Amino acid sequence: MDPIVSIKALSKRYANGFEALKSVTLDIEKGEILALLGPNGAGKTTLISTICGIVTPSEGSVTVAGHDIVTDYRKTRAMIGLVPQELTTDAFESVFDTVSFTRGLFGKKRDDAVVERVLKSLSLWDKKDNKIMMLSGGMKRRVLIAKALAHEPEILFLDEPTAGVDMELRKDMWEVVRDLRRTGVTIILTTHYIEEAEEIADRIGVINNGELLLVEEKQALMQKMGQKQLTLDLQAPLDALPDSLMDYALELGDGGTSLTYTYDTQAKRTGITALLGDLSAAGISFRDLRTSQSSLEEIFVSLVKDSA
Amino acid sequence: MNFQAVKAIYLFEMARTWRTIWQSIVSPVVSTSLYFVVFGSAIGSRIETVEGVSYGAFIVPGLIMLTLLTQSISNASFGIYFPKFTGTIFEILSAPVSFFEVVIGYVGAAATKALMIGLIILLTATLFVDIRIAHPLWMVGFLVLTAISFSLLGFIIGIWADSFEKLQLVPLLVVTPLVFLGGAFYSISMLPEAWQSVALANPVVYLISGFRWSFFEVSDVPVGISLAMVGLFLALCLGVIWWIFKTGYQLKK
Repeated sequence: MDPIVSIKALSKRYANGFEALKSVTLDIEKGEILALLGPNGAGKTTLISTICGIVTPSEGSVTVAGHDIVTDYRKTRAMIGLVPQELTTDAFESVFDTVSFTRGLFGKKRDDAVVERVLKSLSLWDKKDNKIMMLSGGMKRRVLIAKALAHEPEILFLDEPTAGVDMELRKDMWEVVRDLRRTGVTIILTTHYIEEAEEIADRIGVINNGELLLVEEKQALMQKMGQKQLTLDLQAPLDALPDSLMDYALELGDGGTSLTYTYDTQAKRTGITALLGDLSAAGISFRDLRTSQSSLEEIFVSLVKDSA
Repeated sequence: MNFQAVKAIYLFEMARTWRTIWQSIVSPVVSTSLYFVVFGSAIGSRIETVEGVSYGAFIVPGLIMLTLLTQSISNASFGIYFPKFTGTIFEILSAPVSFFEVVIGYVGAAATKALMIGLIILLTATLFVDIRIAHPLWMVGFLVLTAISFSLLGFIIGIWADSFEKLQLVPLLVVTPLVFLGGAFYSISMLPEAWQSVALANPVVYLISGFRWSFFEVSDVPVGISLAMVGLFLALCLGVIWWIFKTGYQLKK
């Protein structure tokens, strides 16, 4: 299946020379939830703003369902809904009116039934006549999502949907995102919360300094995360590993005083029992042992550090 | 053409008018009535006629123009500046609309509101003085063209401004003086000769003169020239707006 969004060698240089995006290439599949993970200032917002038409690209191209975002902007933008990071809403309009306005702006005929359905799905229906300025921050965020959905887009961009939102609301928001996916909407969200990406994404892209460092299925990343290390502190230093232990791919460290064994926690057999048996058969005794696990956070931090 | 978007922007802007009805409609009526009391009755009673027209009636076209210009500019400039200020402009920029459609929506609403106020002032004026309109079609034509041209100017100012202060700068420091010096309350021919030539450099002179001609058939400059000047100004504003949208000036990064 062709990707619904295809980004090719996209770069953005601002007038002051700052390179916000450096030749980003990425395909987004229809119906998936893609999380773009990266620290503040990594280029996440620039990337989605470019796809949505707010930022003009310097080089490269983006197509949405095969249409170019510059030459065919009417088609591409009509398919996209954008929820910005900042709570930028009107103040004096009612919730219903502001959502209905966006529907019109995106070229759709006024349809109160659609607006009603969107508001109800976001638990905003009882607030439909409230002025937006009277709403709490969490409710305003929902209004922004409702506006983005008012024209029934196929692709939804959520820029930091849970930044500065408390845990309960964040879980609510994840539920909203999952519900949307069930209706077939492709969702791209940016976040700097790793657990958020872990919780709801199908794929995770890591972005830093304007570069896309990696895009992987969450499961594959989880597997990396599932790797564990068993470190044994030896009683006496070893010069070399005995042949009987060669199959374990052990690492000898700290001047021969420690052995590190890497294993997969998700595998049926971790091989720990066998290793310990073979160690004692080889006459190697140890005085301490510990295990450690690389988290997504560590993977992320090391990726980001390497790219800096 | 995304008609739905034009309609949405237009109705959104008009809803703002109804929501702020006191500020939008009532206050210009009150301030115009004050002009009539001061200039029309108090001072006007000392001036018999200007070019054969009673002074009270003579100032009506000028007063309407004064309000039309300031209202067109402030409506349109505020209309586009406010989304920039709050950040909701992102929605316009990410919508499947051309800049041309955005302009029609904002400028159309600003011009509509200014026209409504202009007509209300005309009606208010009939309470104070006897008014006869010699060329109603020309009058409406001048009203509409002026409202559109100055709403376009207001739109440009709203795009250019990056603070509320700048938003007020042009209307207060440029437009109001030009209107007052443009013959709103007197005929250019009443000025010393040297100043008459200076006055001809003021674009508002042509607007007021042409508009006044449609009422009383008296004018400072031939009506054809007035019309040409309005057309020129309209073309100039359209040119600037075309440039703004081509370059994304103050809108797109």
